[in-house]
Amino acid sequence: METKFIALTVNGKKYEFLSGSDSIVGIVPWNETLSDTLRQRLDLTGSKEACGEGACGCCTVLVDNRAVSSCMTLTSDCNGKEIITIEGLEDPVTGELDPLQQAFIDYYAFQCGFCTPGIIMAAKGLLIKNPHPTEEEVKDALSGNQCRCISQYHVIDAVMHVSKQISI
Amino acid sequence: MEKKPYRHIGVNRPRIDAREIVTGKAIFLDDFKMKEMLQAKVLRSPYPHAKITRIDISKAEVLPGIHAVLTHKNLPKDVQKWRLGNPPLIPVLTDTVHYVGDAVALVAADSVEIALEACDLIEVEYEQLEPVYYTQDAVKPDAVQIYPELPGNIVPEIEMVGEKMLTHLVRGDVDKALEEADYVEEGVYEYKKFASPMATEPPGVIMWMDKGIVKAYATTQAPEVYNMTLNMRTGMKVETKTFNVGGSFGNKSIMQTTSAYALALAVATGRPVKMYLTKSEQLLIHDMRIGCYMDCKIGLKDGIVTAVKGKWYLDAGALNDLGHVQIAVGMGEMQVALGKCKNWDMDAKVVVTNHVQTGSVRGFGGQEVKSTLMPLVMRAVAKANIDPVEFCINNFSETGDGWYWRDSQWYTAREQEYKHCMRSSAEKFGWSESWKGWNKPTRVEGNKVYGVGVSMHGNADVGEDNCEAYVRLESSGYVYLHNSIPEAGTGQRSNLRKYVAEVLDIEVEHVIVVEPSTENSPWDLGPAGSRSTLTTGHAVTVAAEDARKQLLEGAAKNIFHCPFEELETTDGMIYHRDNPENKVPWIAAFEHFGLTITGVGTYYSDYSKSNFGIYFSEVEVDLETGITKLVRVLVGSDVGQIIDPATLEMQVHGGFGAAAADSGLLEESVLDEYTGRLLTGNLIDYKWRTFDEFPPFDMVIEEGQPEISRFKAIGFGEISGAPGPASMMMAISNAIGKEFCEYPAHPRAILKALGKA
Ligand code: FES
Ligand code: FES
Repeated sequence: METKFIALTVNGKKYEFLSGSDSIVGIVPWNETLSDTLRQRLDLTGSKEACGEGACGCCTVLVDNRAVSSCMTLTSDCNGKEIITIEGLEDPVTGELDPLQQAFIDYYAFQCGFCTPGIIMAAKGLLIKNPHPTEEEVKDALSGNQCRCISQYHVIDAVMHVSKQISI
Repeated sequence: MEKKPYRHIGVNRPRIDAREIVTGKAIFLDDFKMKEMLQAKVLRSPYPHAKITRIDISKAEVLPGIHAVLTHKNLPKDVQKWRLGNPPLIPVLTDTVHYVGDAVALVAADSVEIALEACDLIEVEYEQLEPVYYTQDAVKPDAVQIYPELPGNIVPEIEMVGEKMLTHLVRGDVDKALEEADYVEEGVYEYKKFASPMATEPPGVIMWMDKGIVKAYATTQAPEVYNMTLNMRTGMKVETKTFNVGGSFGNKSIMQTTSAYALALAVATGRPVKMYLTKSEQLLIHDMRIGCYMDCKIGLKDGIVTAVKGKWYLDAGALNDLGHVQIAVGMGEMQVALGKCKNWDMDAKVVVTNHVQTGSVRGFGGQEVKSTLMPLVMRAVAKANIDPVEFCINNFSETGDGWYWRDSQWYTAREQEYKHCMRSSAEKFGWSESWKGWNKPTRVEGNKVYGVGVSMHGNADVGEDNCEAYVRLESSGYVYLHNSIPEAGTGQRSNLRKYVAEVLDIEVEHVIVVEPSTENSPWDLGPAGSRSTLTTGHAVTVAAEDARKQLLEGAAKNIFHCPFEELETTDGMIYHRDNPENKVPWIAAFEHFGLTITGVGTYYSDYSKSNFGIYFSEVEVDLETGITKLVRVLVGSDVGQIIDPATLEMQVHGGFGAAAADSGLLEESVLDEYTGRLLTGNLIDYKWRTFDEFPPFDMVIEEGQPEISRFKAIGFGEISGAPGPASMMMAISNAIGKEFCEYPAHPRAILKALGKA
């Protein structure tokens, strides 16, 4: 079996996996998605998997500060990358929430909350690229995130609140 | 009546689980694992109607990691006795499949991958049978018979919760009223596109047997309904727990096939079995919104509907769940909306077809009624040239009117005053400026025509079903609320603690709502039909009042030596009304260390009051392309007393989800009649509204303070989108200048109506 090591940094922690072509316990197969690695191997179940085909955004995480669907990303393609999940947004020492997380609480920007981690990470990806997006830009950036409870109106208010802050 | 100022009621409070939600720590079913847990998958039929002539599981059974492969030939003995459907008549697996996606074999394995591999190794040969997809065809005398248990493809009537469900509504003399009417309109209206409520979290269960009792973790919003219906089908005692539920909209309450299949595998393997649907399975085989067509005649006299006569057929697809209850509630809702009509003859039936199974969904029967009956009614209103808002004002039920509700009993309406809300909603929408008359556009801009529409709805299920709650006081000042309502997005667990905190005058953080589990809490149907604001809210309030009384009695006896009615409690301290400075902590009222005080609250079902919603929409239709867009929406209601402004507002927005309002413009499951397959098995092919497509949304929420309970609150969320589709049909008709009614209004239908396709 052909194998190689993959090094990932997830929420500031370094991991190294042996990755290979076969599905053997302990080896990350080539075709394992980042979503599976995060949820099943690292027990980081904050990001959700709902469609598994890149259409709902529930599984969104940051890879090198870009928001991606982790269900459509292969772990074996993430060698050397830095990954941030919803669990990595709050300050690990003080427990202080990221301004986006706080805004989602203050603006009641969720109902069931199943879509919320993905939406927050997609919004985070946008704000890293563009700290002061317009409402149109927010809607555009989130158009790949599904929320069937219909929290969109409140989500936009929450993200715009952060967008209007001087610095994030 | 004057609105009272409250400490918590009517004030936004962060959700109990807010921090967990935004940090990803909230647990949903798929985030949880049990020891020894197996994964289940289903081999599904590629044909809509077929006989299995040969099935060979020998290769699948020997695959390493496989623990059970069940077919109609080797079901465990007990499972052979279970029956699905409602009434439960249909065996779990047979040698016949009844829709594309029907179960052929059930597999439990160490992993999802192994289970899927096993499914591939099962060899099946089928003999295809003729399918029937439409109710009109299914009820013909020579139609194909789908199940031997359901002659004529008609599902027999049912009793549930001790009630005979209303399926035939007869009142007054309908023929005479039709004769005397100024306008009589007749027509067939359909609402049958099996839209998918599509909660973001797919449906799923983990089930196992524990000392003869079925234990479940389920993505249900209503654990007691889940237990009750599974018990009805299997005869087994069921106890259910829930994690956070990722949206439900009524649609994940029961999950009848998924649950029965997982349980069959749990029985066969003696291990916990998880069955979690993929998004594609959710879109192809999970319970859709029920289809229907209505063949009806109505009479209008002096602007009032005075006669309704017709037939209403509901298409349950291949398996009925709560079709009769949807009929029964829908029948009641017709009378709520057309509250002045005294002459009725409506007959309804539930029919099976070779279409995907259906189930309960937000809007439950009422949305189906409003989407079929209201366009016909409005045709008469148009002939009479009456403003539709005036029609709503003059026809919606008022105090003293009444209805036969789902239990076939008569209820005289009380505290039913919504005219003010209708007028203020119309005013805020700018109806009088936008409404130019029937089939007249509001404005025309080149190829784009604009039109406005309105529809209304009301549901007396706000008072449905009995329930109980316990409120347990600890001497520490903390309070436990025992109720099994899960958090499925409505915020109701957090809202219920506000009732308790308000009665006991403590911080909401001092109320602990026990984990949602039917073992830990008394019976409650759960949040359905917007019931829990009034019903559970009442039970919880009474339980808190009972506990408060016991607490003050203890303090009066032990310390204050006065009638307990003269005592008050605030923030865990007790004092005499005339001397608030002299206060003692709760613990002083407890005679024995460690013992607690439990208050019990009960609500008895009562259908004599409905909620109300009016839905205004403005659409833009492109006459070249037929593309229709929502320009703006206004929803109006009087909710009595707001419990939590933010969650109420979001429930109103929620009318766009759940295959509710958007079944008017874009949501549908597309059936390929040649193969019997749905073509909408993913989130690209199934159309839904994305973030960048939401129109400006306005609301009018009044707080009329009806005398229905201490806090006077009426639930609203369930119906918020239900009048939407009919409102949009009217808006399109006005925009394009002719009557239009096809759900959803996709460009092809519009162009056809315009004579361009
Ligand atoms: S689960 Fe990854 S986009 Fe839907
Ligand atoms: S809050 Fe439920 S899906 Fe978005």
